[in-house]
Amino acid sequence: HGPYQPHEPGYGLYQPGYSPYDDQIPDPKSRTLAIQNAKAFLLKSSTTSGLNLYDHLANVLTKILDEQPTNAVDIIENISKDVKWAQFQKKMDTLRDEHEILPTFEAAEKRKALFLRGNGEGDEELEEEIGETPLPNVMETAFYFEQAGIGLSKDESYHIFLALKKLISVQPIRTCRFWGKILGLEMNYIIAEVQYHEGEEEEETEEEEGIEEGGKGMGDVEDEDEKNEKEDEQPKSTYKPPPVIPKEENGTGANKYVYFVCNEPGKPWVKLPPVTPAQIVCARKIKKFFTGRLDAPVVSFPPFPGNEANYLRAQIARISAGTHISPIGFYQFAEEEGDEEEEGEGGRDTYEENPDFQPLSVAEMVDSLSTWVHHGQIILKQGRCVWFNPFKKSEEEEEEEEEEKSDEPDELQQEIGPPLLTPLSEDEGIQNIPAWTAQLSTNLIPQYAVAVLQSNRWPGAYAFAAGKKFDNIYFGWGHKYSPENHTPPLPLPVQAEYPSGPEITEARDPTLEEELAFRAAREEALAAAEEEEDEEDDVEDDEEEEDD
Amino acid sequence: SLNCVEWSLLPPATEEMVARAEQLKGRFQGDPSFEYECTEINAEDAERLFEDGKEPMIKEESRLVATIEQIDRAVGIIPRGAFVKTPLGSVHENRNFEGLSLTEAKKLSSYFHFTEPVNLKNKTLLEKADLDPSTDFLDSLEHDIPPGSWTVQLEKGGTVVVLRSLLWLGLTFYHVPMTKQYGYIYFGTGEKNLDLPFML
Repeated sequence: HGPYQPHEPGYGLYQPGYSPYDDQIPDPKSRTLAIQNAKAFLLKSSTTSGLNLYDHLANVLTKILDEQPTNAVDIIENISKDVKWAQFQKKMDTLRDEHEILPTFEAAEKRKALFLRGNGEGDEELEEEIGETPLPNVMETAFYFEQAGIGLSKDESYHIFLALKKLISVQPIRTCRFWGKILGLEMNYIIAEVQYHEGEEEEETEEEEGIEEGGKGMGDVEDEDEKNEKEDEQPKSTYKPPPVIPKEENGTGANKYVYFVCNEPGKPWVKLPPVTPAQIVCARKIKKFFTGRLDAPVVSFPPFPGNEANYLRAQIARISAGTHISPIGFYQFAEEEGDEEEEGEGGRDTYEENPDFQPLSVAEMVDSLSTWVHHGQIILKQGRCVWFNPFKKSEEEEEEEEEEKSDEPDELQQEIGPPLLTPLSEDEGIQNIPAWTAQLSTNLIPQYAVAVLQSNRWPGAYAFAAGKKFDNIYFGWGHKYSPENHTPPLPLPVQAEYPSGPEITEARDPTLEEELAFRAAREEALAAAEEEEDEEDDVEDDEEEEDD
Repeated sequence: SLNCVEWSLLPPATEEMVARAEQLKGRFQGDPSFEYECTEINAEDAERLFEDGKEPMIKEESRLVATIEQIDRAVGIIPRGAFVKTPLGSVHENRNFEGLSLTEAKKLSSYFHFTEPVNLKNKTLLEKADLDPSTDFLDSLEHDIPPGSWTVQLEKGGTVVVLRSLLWLGLTFYHVPMTKQYGYIYFGTGEKNLDLPFML
């Protein structure tokens, strides 16, 4: 407010200690005039915002008197600011604002389903659950991995736990495990590894016809480039596509486990189709990010037979085969072994838990890699775990075939991979890096430390062991590590065309004008030929030359 | 630091260090004094180096420093508005930054690289007119090559937005919309993902 200037109405009126109106001229007119001037000044609208001070002060005072805040004088500036800000808000008009549904609310709704117990569950459920349940204790595993610095947040782990529980209640499942999480461009995948009860698997309608084998598509172009006037038939192609290698049966080999994925806990679980050897072979050659949508096409060279769901399944199979490990002795081969010869081809592929397992100390687990073994079966180059000979004639000749060479020129050598339960020390490293890095979770408290292994070949695969407990998990993008850059295979060389020879020559098709001219010439010739026979011979020669 | 208890100061990065470290491939060893041999330099460079008196060996420490510098330079990002530039040219943290809104946070254009802008001058005048010189003085993520080298995801029911870089696998940036919290961190093997164009 400052000192009054002489021309202002308040000048001279206010003396300290005196009321401003004491010695005023008791002239009502000039006082009202002064009041009116003051009010007019206050009512003057601001040029920038269109407000005027009078209204603003009235609003502020109204607000203060309505709300009666404590220490109003201290927060008067904020109140003033808030009142000004409130100018920009719509007052209540006839349209009511629709409540904006926050995305957090929607997400919470989805997750809410997880937290509700299903219908019809009563006390019976409790009794069942106390017994053996296929549900894995995700929180416990998460705790151990957390010791090593790996894992998801507690919230997410718990949601995954509940989602797995829902999965189990829906499907007839014998064992279930949280396999891991694969990151994608738009959404991520949460993956559960599951085994069905025996005999309860559903028969799936396979779309095998729809899935094209990569080898077939590339070489099937027949040699149609010839314009063969002599023969009416086209030459038959002598190309036989390489035999389709059948996928392994559900429940064995690469398809030992069934995998379910979902994008987020709360979304429905989707079953991944079993993997075929062709898909694995192709997946080894390409390196693509996952988008997060299972039906997305995988555009690559060599063309991948399938969409993202198949690619995901193939990568899961490779990762499981390469990185699922357990402490030595935990699994052992089944006691009763059948005929050694029958199993000679594929090696032993079943194992069971060893009831007499004595866990090694954690320090020993970390020191040497031979205390861990693979319990995931290695996938051979062919794309299967058990080698399949596509040229089997019949079962009787099986044994003979292994020793003799067959007549087919494309004999495939039997592929033998390392047998199941091989220790990790046999894993070859990459260049000079060992395949696994082992460390204790903490050096400070060795009594409760956990042995942790990280895979260097598949960055993101971890395993831990502590006493009798162990587990494997994967968090990552889903790709193998290679120090060299990825080079896609070059496209095939262009197929050679039929060589031009005396029998078969390529010539350009005559254009329309040439044909018309030819026809006109021929008609002339015919007309002329009726007159003279000599000319006919000449014309015939001409025709033959033009034919070539 | 190797055990989060004892910390050692790393020397600042020089251009030369970065150039030499780019030739190295493979994982880090874990030992800062490990020496790599340069196996890929051609004969001319080798002669030049010998003349200068340096040997073609690089210590892992320099490689570490160079990698950190490369990561910061290439993929260190901040949300739009977090830093302001004064008319005098100096850049400060914006104390009034209240966070991006949810819709803004899902767009790549609301994040900037926190390094000297490279593409800013190439924009057309029309685009430049829309920019606010106090907050838009850095390169946005929209024009990163190859397009699609960032993934944007909402986590935790939509309360946290997470950006992950695909060029340096392991670089994660988080931001809680409508709050001041943001940051980026790198967990990984320290190798650039040169296969990115094949993988998209």
